[in-house]
Amino acid sequence: MAATTTRDAAAGPDTATDTTTDVLGVADGMSSLDAAQFAAHAADGGADIDGDPGSAEERHGLLRFATAGSVDDGKSTLVGRLLHDSKSVLADQLDAVERTSQARGLATADLSLLVDGLRAEREQGITIDVAYRYFATPRRSFILADTPGHEQYTRNTVTGASTADLVVILVDARTGVVSQTRRHAAVAALVGVPHLLLAVNKIDLVDFDEDVFDRIAAEFDVYCRELGIGEVTAIPISALHGDNVVTRSERIRWYTGPSVLEHLETVSLDGDPAAEDAGGPAGAQPAADPAGLRFPVQYVIRPRTADLPDYRGYAGRIAAGTVRAGDRVVVLPSGRDTKVTGIDTADGSLPEAGAGDSVVLLLADDVDIARGDLIAGVHDAPPPVTEFTATVAHLADKPLRPGLRALLRYGTTAAPVLVSAIEHRLDIDTLATDAAADALRLNDIGQVRFRLAAPLPVEDFRPGGTVGALLVVDPSDGTTLAAGMAGDRRSALRPRPGGVVQKDGTVTVTPVVVPAARDEDRCPGDRPAAERAAGPANHRGPLTDPDTLSTPGP
Amino acid sequence: MTTATTAPATTPPTTTASATTPSATTPSVSTPPASTPTARTAGGRRRGHLHDLESEAVHILREVAGQFDRPVVLFSGGKDSVVVLHLARKAFHPAPVPFVLLHVDTGHNFPEVLEFRDRAVQRAGARLIVAAVQDWIDDGRLAERPDGTRNPLQTVPLVDTIVEQRFDAVIGGARRDEEKARAKERIFSLRDAFGGWDPRRQRPELWDLYNGRHAPGEHVRVFPLSNWTELDVWSYIRAEGIELPEIYYAHERPVFRRDGMWLTPGDWGGPRPGETVERRSVRYRTVGDMSCTGAVESAAADVAAVIEEIRATRITERGATRADDRLTEAAMEDRKREGYF
Repeated sequence: MAATTTRDAAAGPDTATDTTTDVLGVADGMSSLDAAQFAAHAADGGADIDGDPGSAEERHGLLRFATAGSVDDGKSTLVGRLLHDSKSVLADQLDAVERTSQARGLATADLSLLVDGLRAEREQGITIDVAYRYFATPRRSFILADTPGHEQYTRNTVTGASTADLVVILVDARTGVVSQTRRHAAVAALVGVPHLLLAVNKIDLVDFDEDVFDRIAAEFDVYCRELGIGEVTAIPISALHGDNVVTRSERIRWYTGPSVLEHLETVSLDGDPAAEDAGGPAGAQPAADPAGLRFPVQYVIRPRTADLPDYRGYAGRIAAGTVRAGDRVVVLPSGRDTKVTGIDTADGSLPEAGAGDSVVLLLADDVDIARGDLIAGVHDAPPPVTEFTATVAHLADKPLRPGLRALLRYGTTAAPVLVSAIEHRLDIDTLATDAAADALRLNDIGQVRFRLAAPLPVEDFRPGGTVGALLVVDPSDGTTLAAGMAGDRRSALRPRPGGVVQKDGTVTVTPVVVPAARDEDRCPGDRPAAERAAGPANHRGPLTDPDTLSTPGP
Repeated sequence: MTTATTAPATTPPTTTASATTPSATTPSVSTPPASTPTARTAGGRRRGHLHDLESEAVHILREVAGQFDRPVVLFSGGKDSVVVLHLARKAFHPAPVPFVLLHVDTGHNFPEVLEFRDRAVQRAGARLIVAAVQDWIDDGRLAERPDGTRNPLQTVPLVDTIVEQRFDAVIGGARRDEEKARAKERIFSLRDAFGGWDPRRQRPELWDLYNGRHAPGEHVRVFPLSNWTELDVWSYIRAEGIELPEIYYAHERPVFRRDGMWLTPGDWGGPRPGETVERRSVRYRTVGDMSCTGAVESAAADVAAVIEEIRATRITERGATRADDRLTEAAMEDRKREGYF
């Protein structure tokens, strides 16, 4: 599956050039916003954005990724280098950076100024907020969420990771994996990011030592296995000099894998490695049924015009699964079932639509459906509940305490919710839990029990966040207090079978024996493996435990 | 002073309370016809990055319709606002767009763009409110700037109109790739009662959950094109066959040079003595106030040529054409804090 995606992406530019003229032929004939032409275009079904043919930028994929790192490990330099070497920084932007750098007496342009956009950031030389950068290569378009490494740590990383297909974690080759690195990986795992890229930076400062890289990559992989992260790739780089950032380094001959950009261009977008993680707690669902429709109703479309007096369509974006005309569906929380009679878009009706598509569903029965309802497949419709738990990242100064009354945003619903208990607070460094915690404070992560006034079809979070993601909102001023993932994400952090990071950038799944020295490297406060028995156990030895071996694959 | 109020479906869609008279008078278009069932992609899943961006923008626009009582779309006739209107029409098809449109007219707009604006509004069957900066200058609420530039003057009429019309969501076509302060902007961006933006008060935005809740008097600015680049916008314009004002394409016009930009002569204040007018083949990459929107020399006469030109360019769209961003390093951030888009 991954190979297919890569090949398609690589083939994009060539084939696209051939079809450009087709697109233009149609486009020229469609040169108006006129209503009749609008509809005519809708009906012609020709070369629109979904169509085939299309030009390169219409056909290639979009990868959303986030960067995370500690303060001095060169994250800004990597981002600047990535943008600069991929020719995504334009002349006037570079001029501005150079002028400011000179004004500050710097010898060379400080590329971090490209991303630090706010006055306070430039004045203080820090990054306050997540910044979004956009660049494209002939193979793919990229949205980069550049997350600060220090201030508002969890808040920013969780935000950046929530929409990421991949997180780039930087380490300094001289110091290797530090507690911050584990934290980044743990947050990425909790949020369900399918791919991790470990950039071992400043490899030139350890004389391009292969053993140093191997040791760091192996240590990180062991940790990621404990977290159950689906795919890890490690790449030795020098962000400052550009080794293995955009082009492969001549100076690191023992490494035969892709550069950072090449990996970003080719990593699978189907998220299949994440399928391991899709089952939620204890892997109860074998992630095998992607067909279960989840369609939160955003808006009811009723033209009530002379032409369309009775048209009634339900607008939304498919959160999961697929839908076809004729499918039986159930409307939640009411539980009424009905049939899909059509899938409408402004470009005409569709026989089928899938996750990510914004469409309008037409239903057979005149059921009472409003914004906030969920239309789901009949076979696996989530039962409405009045109580649930969620793994919560707290994002506001006002603490989250039992008894707090708030507003829950779930799908397209906004409903009153009561915080009934803080079950535990999670130490993101050690993954230890503190059951005595009575509140979650800014940047805390923990497990929270909620009670609802009326039942809602809340179900376990799935990576990608279109199912099971929620916000806790302060009803008085609208502040987003917390972000949550329904279910217990900690128990979703299941060990996967051992893997070894290969020099070509892939991970080979083979049982490995972890060096005994590993225990001495553990952070103070790390729990011994035996203590982590609540979820599936933590395996660091040879994989003989039937529990682990039976862990379902994708 | 803007006073436009509810317009029944049968009245002309363009309503101005200012002295500005809409140039177009053709009859309004009723509801677009129902879509014709057509299987566009034979059974296959729809793919591609423009499809993702369109689905995301449609989702955002529907969230606005679902969460707010009085949304408005800022519509200037510029390419980004034209794309937003196009997306809004697709989002609510076959029903009409459930948003009012608002244009803050500096009085120095390109006539071709105003003509296009009125035509596009009528074709969409929408209602347009025009807030004319001139009215604010005439009654003393605003003073003309020494440099004659009116772009920064748009903020007061914009915020006044938002307050007066009690708009609670204001949809704009701004993109994060335009400028570094905008790179930190949310898709749903909370503004205080003065229209001000406090970057430190912005809400974290996770997944596709957009929190539009706000206190009375506050409003939310919404940017459905946040994740689009200039090239994405043009690729989408090509793929969807969207019409734009003709000044986006190369044409000959009299221009003169100031601050390294080609400006169009006019009542707004150019050319000054010492500035010579010459004819050049130019096009506009952005269309704002004539006093600070520069043209670029170009031979790109159609959308394909424009896309090729953008691909090859080494200068950003605002860097090439917007004097107002050059005032200070934090020019955009400062204007946003005061309520500018």
